[in-house]
Amino acid sequence: MSDQPFDALREGLRSVTASSKVENLSRLSGGASRETWRFEADGRPLILQRQRSGDIRDMGVEARVLRAAFAAGVRVPELLFSGSGDDVGNPIGSSYMILEHVSGETIARKILRDEQFAAARSVLVDDLAESLAALHTIDPDTIAGLPSTDQVQQYRETLDGLNSALGQSHPAFELAFRWLEANRPTGSRRSLVHGDFRLGNVMVGNDGVGAVLDWELAHIGDPMEDLGWLCVRAWRFGSPKPVAGVGEYDELIGAYQKASGLTVDRDVVRWWEVLGTLKWGIMCMIQASSHLTGMARSHELAAIGRRVCENEYDLFLALDGRWSGLGGRR
Amino acid sequence: MSEIHDAPTASQLVESVREWLERDVLAGTTGRLQFHARVAINVLAMVEREMSLGPQQAIEHALRLASLGVADESELAAAIRNGDLDDRLDEVIVAVRATVTDKLRVANPGYFAKE
Repeated sequence: MSDQPFDALREGLRSVTASSKVENLSRLSGGASRETWRFEADGRPLILQRQRSGDIRDMGVEARVLRAAFAAGVRVPELLFSGSGDDVGNPIGSSYMILEHVSGETIARKILRDEQFAAARSVLVDDLAESLAALHTIDPDTIAGLPSTDQVQQYRETLDGLNSALGQSHPAFELAFRWLEANRPTGSRRSLVHGDFRLGNVMVGNDGVGAVLDWELAHIGDPMEDLGWLCVRAWRFGSPKPVAGVGEYDELIGAYQKASGLTVDRDVVRWWEVLGTLKWGIMCMIQASSHLTGMARSHELAAIGRRVCENEYDLFLALDGRWSGLGGRR
Repeated sequence: MSEIHDAPTASQLVESVREWLERDVLAGTTGRLQFHARVAINVLAMVEREMSLGPQQAIEHALRLASLGVADESELAAAIRNGDLDDRLDEVIVAVRATVTDKLRVANPGYFAKE
C-alpha cells in the first residue's frame, strides 16, 4: 500500500467525504472512459466513479441526471458528492461521482440463470417497467446539458464511415435504414431517456431491481426508445424470452402502461427495437475496426466483426411480414 | 484443393490447432486466458466452416447479385439506398436474406432461431 497514486486517491476521498478514515479501497472495473472503485469512509461502503483523461463526455450531466432520478423516486444509488475535472484543487484529479453502495448482481447470465434470483426474475419485468415509467416522468428541460440527437441520422453517418474504412457494405442495414425512415413514429412523447437500459446496467437483488445504473448515455428523446432497447436480442443473453431475457412483450407493455398510465403503441416499441438491433450491429463493426486499424489488436475484437450478421439476421426476424411499409422512393 | 501443397490441407491444419486448443489449452487455463482460448476455438471453427462452405456460397451469391443486375454488395447496397430497386423490393429482400443466412451459417450456426 505504498503505491503513490493509490495513497493520493485515498487521501482525496477522505477529503471529499470529510471522513477521518478511508479503508478497503479497491478497483472494481476500468473501462475506456471511466474507472469504478469501492471504498469505505468511516465504515460506510461507497462507490467512486472517476472519469479517465481523454473522455470527452461531461460527467456533470450524468450527476444532474442521477440527482433528478433520485428525486423522482427512481431506484438509483444516491449521489453524495461530485466534482468536475475543471474544479480548482479537485482532490480526485478528474471528474468524479461518489455514490451510495447498493449491493446485488449486475451480471446478466447470473440474474437469468442462478437459483438465487428465481424470486427476482418473477418480478423483474414489473420492476423494470416501473423504473422506466418513473424515469420517463422527469422533465428533461430541468437537466442542463442533455444531448438530443436524431439517432437514425447519427448511425447512418457512423455506418458510412465504417463501411468506407473497412471497405465493406451492408445491404441488410440499408434495407433497415429504409424501413426506419419510412416508418418513423409520429407524435412521440419527449422525455428523459436512460439510453442503455438493460440487464448489465441494473443492480438486481434477491427480490428484484435494487438500482438503475450507468446513466452516461442519458439523453432527451422518445421514452419508447428504452423499451425497444430492452427487447434487443443481444440483451436476452441467450434466453428465448424477448424482454431482457425474462419476459414477453405483452408483459412489459402491460406493466409499463399500468405504471405510467400511458398507452404504448406496440409498433413504436418495435421501431425502436429495430433501430437498437441496427445500432448493436454497427457497434460490432466499431469493435472489429479497433482491431483492424491496429488501435487494439485482439482476436476477441476481430471475432466480433463476424457477429454483425447476427444483427442482420435479427433485423429480418423483426421485420418479417412488415416490409410492405417500406414504400417507394422518398 | 491445392495441387501445390502437401497434405494436410489448410483446413486440416486449422482443425489440428483447434483440436489442440480444445484438448490441452482449455484444460490448462482458467479465467480470462481460458475465455480467450474459447474465443480462439470459435474463430478457428468459423474459418473451417468458411473453407468448407465458402466456395459454394460464393457461387450462389454471385448468381443472386446477377439476377438483381448488380456487380457486387456495394452496388446492391447503393441501389437499395437510392431506391433504384424499389420495383423489385420483394426479390431484393429474399436475396439479401439468403446472403445473411449464409453469413450466419459460417459465423455462428447456433444462432438461428428455433422457428
